[in-house]
Amino acid sequence: MSTESWVAGKRPETPTSGVASDPHFTYLLRVADDRLVLGHRLSEWCGHAPILEEDIALGNFALDFIGQASALLKHAGTVEAKGRNEDALAYFRDAIEFRNCLLVELPRGDFAVTTVRQLLFDAYDVLLLERLSASSDATLAGIAAKALKEARYHLRHAAEWVRMLGDGTQESHTRAQRALDDLWRFTPELFLADEVDRAVLERGIGHDPEALRQPWLDTVTTVITEATLKVPNGDQTTAGGRVGKHTEFLGRMLSDMQSLARAHPGATW
Amino acid sequence: MVTLSATAIWSWLEDVKDPEVPVLSVVELGIVRDVRVDDGVVTVTITPTYSGCPAMHEIEQEIVRALGERGVERVQLETVYAPAWTTDWISEAAKEKLAAYGIAPPGRVNEQPNVIAIRSRRAEREAHVPCPFCGSQQTELRSQYGSTACKAIRFCRSCQQPFEEFKPL
Repeated sequence: MSTESWVAGKRPETPTSGVASDPHFTYLLRVADDRLVLGHRLSEWCGHAPILEEDIALGNFALDFIGQASALLKHAGTVEAKGRNEDALAYFRDAIEFRNCLLVELPRGDFAVTTVRQLLFDAYDVLLLERLSASSDATLAGIAAKALKEARYHLRHAAEWVRMLGDGTQESHTRAQRALDDLWRFTPELFLADEVDRAVLERGIGHDPEALRQPWLDTVTTVITEATLKVPNGDQTTAGGRVGKHTEFLGRMLSDMQSLARAHPGATW
Repeated sequence: MVTLSATAIWSWLEDVKDPEVPVLSVVELGIVRDVRVDDGVVTVTITPTYSGCPAMHEIEQEIVRALGERGVERVQLETVYAPAWTTDWISEAAKEKLAAYGIAPPGRVNEQPNVIAIRSRRAEREAHVPCPFCGSQQTELRSQYGSTACKAIRFCRSCQQPFEEFKPL
């Protein structure tokens, strides 16, 4: 990084520390980091879920997402061609270099927050992976086609649980609605397009985020309505993760996730 | 040294079982996609069942070990993601082995375009997955996820036993 960018009052608008400007690489990081971060958040439920079956299910979702992230980061490292493998990208980047959306980095909250977040993300994920299965990047297309099968199971599971919570007891209904209201402002980020998206769309690698907005809204509205919950009508948007501007929660999560690899670089077990 | 043939390698790989479904080999499960022998180097191409399958690392080591025991010293492993693994690759004979082992085999994959179809859970609960113990059709889904990502937990109303189902994927 040039010293000029650290002159007081002249910091770059977009923090890009350590991240190359190749849109292909950045795009792969965005797709991969959503999974890595969400997978880690889900893994935090191990031993804490309300019932054993859900403990196992959440652990399995975490595995799926982390496995997908691993394949994508490995591919990103190849595209970047600077000798970084999936472990280097997962464990030796700081928060500012992560490109995940803010929705996935928020604390896991109670079971309602986790479940509602899964619905909001999984509905997007199925639509995203359907499109990426046809990417001109054959490796990305292969990983996406595989992940799509998993994502369909995830979405079905999340939709069922949102229905059960929303159309359950007064307590579960209240908590599910609160989770929905709290998380809603983080969803527009999934559909914001910038120059990275436009560059990879032009090359047939990526997708058009804006085109997913309406089908996503249709899906989540169906489930939310069946769950006797209300679709929030707020039009607030909180975004920034895609360019490395994160909430304070990501750094804390990474300090946990990366501590072992950083304390013992190259450790195997 | 004997000349290596791909046919022999395929048959030796039948000895490598999936650690989580030890009744089936990695060949029967469709995890091994290709075997190439080139100038004494054996390249085995594999594909993961699920993206995050934690058994893949062990399977890779087992393949190297099993071939090493037969005198194959130079083994290369390649992982491919496309075409995506499907339970439809498990043969009928292998499905019978699964059932005999106590795991209900996967039905044919029926990709539903609308995954959140209204009240889909009811249809899934009632799906006809026969009990591997007593053969009863009176079974119900308890959880979509079991001891591994590839298995669901079901319950037989006839013999009152929980059992695992290999999910169609």
